[in-house]
Amino acid sequence: MQCPKCHAPMQTYNRSGVQIEQCAGCRGIFLDYGELESLSRLESQWLQQAPPPPPAPQAYPAAPAWGAPHQGHHGHHGHHGHHHRSFGHMLFSS
Amino acid sequence: MTTTAPLLQRLAALSAPAVPGAAPEVLSDRPDGTVVRGGSTVAKAHAPDCDPHDLAARLRIAAHPLLHGTLLPPLPATAPDGFLTLTDDGRALTRWPYGTPVSPDDPDAAPWEDAARLLARLHAVDVTQLPGPVPPMRGPAKSARALARMRTALAAGTRPSPLTAAAGAVVRAGEFLPPWARGAAPPPRTDLLCHGDLHLGQLIRHPAPDGPWLLIDIDDLGLGDGAWDLARPAAWFATGLLAPDLWSRFLAAYRTTGGRAVRPEGDPWPDLEIPARALTVQTAALAVAKAAAASRALDGTETAVVDACARMTSL
Repeated sequence: MQCPKCHAPMQTYNRSGVQIEQCAGCRGIFLDYGELESLSRLESQWLQQAPPPPPAPQAYPAAPAWGAPHQGHHGHHGHHGHHHRSFGHMLFSS
Repeated sequence: MTTTAPLLQRLAALSAPAVPGAAPEVLSDRPDGTVVRGGSTVAKAHAPDCDPHDLAARLRIAAHPLLHGTLLPPLPATAPDGFLTLTDDGRALTRWPYGTPVSPDDPDAAPWEDAARLLARLHAVDVTQLPGPVPPMRGPAKSARALARMRTALAAGTRPSPLTAAAGAVVRAGEFLPPWARGAAPPPRTDLLCHGDLHLGQLIRHPAPDGPWLLIDIDDLGLGDGAWDLARPAAWFATGLLAPDLWSRFLAAYRTTGGRAVRPEGDPWPDLEIPARALTVQTAALAVAKAAAASRALDGTETAVVDACARMTSL
């Protein structure tokens, strides 16, 4: 296929399932029917999937060297033992 | 049940003398104390080895106006200012108003900040104004007792226990503590009035059911290092059992109320380190002792506490 503008040969690329022809001479891009709409749709999907901005870092309270290793700055994971019966007992006894 | 029927009858009569025939309710029955409720009053039999003179001094402190709004005051047991009566075999009995305890079902909803504010107020008491002599806070002595109980429980076994390795880690962490934290030397600080055994079972609302929170159980009350009272929540946080935000809220409430046991800002661990290690050792020792007595393995929570003991001596 030749470029309709400068008649140099055109190269076919596949980007996210959309076929694009680009001219090797003038770098012009040729889209088939519906391909511009496909690219616009892919662009808006990508924007929606972009991760939200990271939350402000939450300060993990100071802990002693012998403390349990904690999991980064998001605090609430670890093995905080509310699901363990014996921690419930521990909270209420000497 | 560890308590004999005559003692329960005596406690029932002490808790509800005005309501004959009402069934008394046993709230707690353990070797270190039995509590019976009759209506709006409870009666407590203190530990058999409790020193009545020290207990009388602690009762006078709990009844003192400086502790109003911080400690639940006792009710007269014998005379208007006689808060203590003894059984024929020397067991100390006391009377108290009934209060609503913390719900055991939801630790997240527990009054962590109220507990911290009550401790800050307790630590702010001018101890020179108290009826003396004020006894020492008994926390370090109880750490030593927990280690002894673990040794006894393991020695009772006839063959090597799978708990032996855990017990070894706890013993080494105990030996790594300075003598004062094992009750073997005077504490470096004796300037604060301390509760000595803070946990969520030591808070009640009085008047029930929705009065303000107050601290109860004065058996270990006395002069010492106030950081001991913060050290159990600190140890639970350090061992990964208490969520960091609950610990942060507890500590912030203590500092905002002017608590004097830790520096007012920055890293509190230089002040908490020794008491939190001692209470981790104490908790681990009691966990191993109970597991040995029941011939069972440690559960996840108990293992976390023993693991913390192991880290104390491997750094």
